[in-house]
Amino acid sequence: MSWDVIYENLGRYADGAGLTLMLTALALGISFFLSIGLALARNATQPLARGAVFIYTLVFRGTPLLIQLFLIYYGLAQFDLLRQSFLWPWLSSPLICVLIAFVLNTTAYTTEIFAGGLRHLPPGEIEAARAYGMSWWTQVRRILLPAMLTRSLSLYGNEAIMMLHATSLASTVTLMEITGVARNITLNYYIQFEPYVTAALIYLVLTSVLVCGFQLAEKRWGAYLQPRRS
Amino acid sequence: MLSDYITTVLAAGWVSLQLAFVALVLAVVLGLLGALCKLSGSRALRIVVGMYTTLVRGVPDLVLMLLVFYSLPALLNQGLEAMGSDLFIEFSPFAAGCATLGIIFGAYMTETFRGALIGVPHGQVEAAHAYGLGRVHTFRRIVLPQMIRLALPGFTNNWLVLVKATALVSLLGLQDIMFRARGAAEATGKPFTFYLIAGGFYLAITLISLLVLMWVGRRYAAGHRELTR
Repeated sequence: MSWDVIYENLGRYADGAGLTLMLTALALGISFFLSIGLALARNATQPLARGAVFIYTLVFRGTPLLIQLFLIYYGLAQFDLLRQSFLWPWLSSPLICVLIAFVLNTTAYTTEIFAGGLRHLPPGEIEAARAYGMSWWTQVRRILLPAMLTRSLSLYGNEAIMMLHATSLASTVTLMEITGVARNITLNYYIQFEPYVTAALIYLVLTSVLVCGFQLAEKRWGAYLQPRRS
Repeated sequence: MLSDYITTVLAAGWVSLQLAFVALVLAVVLGLLGALCKLSGSRALRIVVGMYTTLVRGVPDLVLMLLVFYSLPALLNQGLEAMGSDLFIEFSPFAAGCATLGIIFGAYMTETFRGALIGVPHGQVEAAHAYGLGRVHTFRRIVLPQMIRLALPGFTNNWLVLVKATALVSLLGLQDIMFRARGAAEATGKPFTFYLIAGGFYLAITLISLLVLMWVGRRYAAGHRELTR
């Protein structure tokens, strides 16, 4: 066993964990706001808006994230128009490509989760809001959004964990997050066991922290939905 | 020329499907065993299965796959070397992929099946015992058919995620649709076209699966609808 190699490289694992957390936080943060808008559109009365959002979520939930990532990172180079445009310096950077792929992917899942939460809202709550003379925007702000977010909290927690795990795919396009660091160490030191086990342990710890965080959040904001203890 | 590449890419879809089906069978077996253990009277079994599902769900699929494909043989070979044996163990990407996906989705299936088993009313089991049915008969004739209806939504979800997760095995070097798409993309210089074709394949499988499982769901809901009317 060569655990001393791992000990020497602990700093690189820490950097990797930092990148993993940054990718997770950025992807989840951006997609959170996009999903709120799309979830409202998914339940809108216009069939065109509903249909368009449905097709988007269907396509991005129906294909592997790895393909979406490769389409963006390798695929876009096929178009000369893009290569010559001012966007190219950004679109050829792995970090930006990974973020675009992650945001598009997790937004599709989160939109469906939020839209589902919205659909389970009792109609009486909206009728009551209308009876109080609330404008559409006030209804969204005071009734729809809080109800939607608290109702989808546990499913959203799962999605956040999925996103944390999905960041491991960033290693396939040269990014040095936790999995990338582990792969790099296996190649440099010719050891196959310790680097991946260490990576798995770090992911386990990060996952547990996320799970605990979401359980606390559910206790804090979702308590009113729990069956009352008699 | 281009169409030759397209046929080789799509032909490799068969490899992806085989992988998905073998992994599914493994996952269903593990899931059923896990669910029965979790609901069993034995505390030790419950703890072991609880650890299995927590560990598997706490680590990314890709990392588990790398662990099974690279780390496990390395560990076994170290052990063999220490014992003075000159055997050398190596897994094929297909076997490692099936095993890993089976283990991962076995954990998800355990949760799905556990929920479904709890949902079958206990009176049904008691009635079966009263009719003199043995444990195996009770499970096969009474619990299983009712459980399938309850497990179907979760099962559908797990299957759809499993199909997409097979794309990861291309990273171990399995010649599946994703691997061939990558090869064709590099050979022709048309990466967007070929990754789009591979994506279309997965989307088609997703849509077909949804249709088939909807039909299965209607079949297994038949008796239920009559009862609640």
